[in-house]
Amino acid sequence: MLELKDIKKIYNPGLITEMCLFDGFSLTVPDGEFLSIVGSNGSGKTSLLNIICGSIPIQRGSVTVNGEDITGKKEYKRYRNFGRVYQDPAMGTCKDLTLLENMSLADNKNRHCGLGGAVNKKRADFYKEQLATIGLGLEDKLHVRVGSLSGGQRQAAALIMATMNPIDFLILDEHTAALDPKTADIIMEITDRRVKEMGLTTVMVTHNLRYACEYGSRLIMMDKGQIVMDKAGAEKQNTDTKDILAMFNAISIECGN
Amino acid sequence: MFLDLTISVLTQGLLYALLAYGIFITYKILDFPDLTVDGSFPLGAAVTAVLLNRGVNCYATIPIAMAAGALAGLITGLIHVRFRIRDLLAGIITMTALFSVNLQIAGSNLAVPREIDTVFTSSLTEKLTGGAPLAVKKLIVAVIIAVIAKIVIDLYFRTKSGLLLRATGSNGTFVTTLAKDKGSMKILGLVIADTLVALSGCLVCQEQRAFAATMGTGQMVFGLAAVIIGTTLFKKLSFIKGTTCALVGSVIYKACIQLAINLGLPTNLLKLVTAVLFLVILVVGNVRKGAHENA
Repeated sequence: MLELKDIKKIYNPGLITEMCLFDGFSLTVPDGEFLSIVGSNGSGKTSLLNIICGSIPIQRGSVTVNGEDITGKKEYKRYRNFGRVYQDPAMGTCKDLTLLENMSLADNKNRHCGLGGAVNKKRADFYKEQLATIGLGLEDKLHVRVGSLSGGQRQAAALIMATMNPIDFLILDEHTAALDPKTADIIMEITDRRVKEMGLTTVMVTHNLRYACEYGSRLIMMDKGQIVMDKAGAEKQNTDTKDILAMFNAISIECGN
Repeated sequence: MFLDLTISVLTQGLLYALLAYGIFITYKILDFPDLTVDGSFPLGAAVTAVLLNRGVNCYATIPIAMAAGALAGLITGLIHVRFRIRDLLAGIITMTALFSVNLQIAGSNLAVPREIDTVFTSSLTEKLTGGAPLAVKKLIVAVIIAVIAKIVIDLYFRTKSGLLLRATGSNGTFVTTLAKDKGSMKILGLVIADTLVALSGCLVCQEQRAFAATMGTGQMVFGLAAVIIGTTLFKKLSFIKGTTCALVGSVIYKACIQLAINLGLPTNLLKLVTAVLFLVILVVGNVRKGAHENA
């Protein structure tokens, strides 16, 4: 269970550009939930993920994971039971290393990185098996530099690497936004399968309203640091893109856009 | 005459290659322009000169000088990571402080008298090389040390820690999501690099039998030039390791400087020539890159 309580987040505090995004923001994500977050630019979606992961500091409030208060916990330590996939396929993998080296690094996520051999050849079959599940032919590219793979292949690899270790939470930061529609569909399919197989509690930010409707068990819409729509269960199942779009337009009109 | 010069250039190139390995690690692997080098190189030399004068065994000075270099790298790393000072500034702060520290250690410029044994004249070297002339002995010792260091570094980059270090320079965010502290990895990289730089300083001091307070000036630029010459030369040959590039670059650089001196260049102009040479290398590198992008 992931709990955000009474979060206050101010950008550039004390400066003329000071901007208060969240004030008294709370959100609870129960175990096993697949939460999709939609909202316009600047509504606080990505900030929310950054607060969960500890990438940015907050002024007030608490972040709790499975009953443990992690508000003061360093970002890198939080990733011990978080997996995160970014919008930019370049972020989730290391372009200068081969796919095998990338997979080996991911495989060592929660182990000490000492002077043992970096690449365990015996694990190569396991990596191939993992990569084969996505059906993009990556299992034959273990010795290829990741930088020369396509964006879709890199994102698929990033997704596999993020979910290779036992984690409790998967954080998806518009992870299909930089891909062409067909590849985006494939990545979304794989995501859904991985989440179900591993029973991951997932928070996904997306601009794709169709994905937000079709996938996941709960949907929230954000605007100016507040939740303006929250649908779960049967109510979520009965929501279609038209309903969300209507709400989306209503908010935008208020803003005068 | 020509043979003597070749041997001397090779020896210089190999001893300074250790420094170039250090720059290779910070600049190429970590993407960190480490100016500490201008201070940690003479630090290694100062420590060595003092220890030799106090009668410490010449081989014992090596680990001590390396430890001093490691400390210098650690300080730059801590300044950068813990106090969030920009990479260049962090190095400049340590380098500036080290200038005084080096003078404190050595008192002033310090010579190592002829009667004191160095790694190039010790009885072990004598046994190993037979009755070879001093210049040849120096070359043999330089080859052995440069090659051993190269092999150790290459092996390190095949370990888990080494792979993580490479990932840190390439994509820090990725390292964070692997639940690893990229700050610690940067510090580790700087410690390794400045250890090598101080080792270079230690051996150069034993070879020249002298420590000079100004011997660090321009060493970082030299190291960068060596690494860039080497990597540009072997760009097409991806199986050539970075350490090999640094070693070859170092020898070529020293050869160029020797050539310039032989052609009658006043030594006072040496740093100017170094800077111009470095600029030319960078510009040529950029032009070649540009041509490639337009193609």
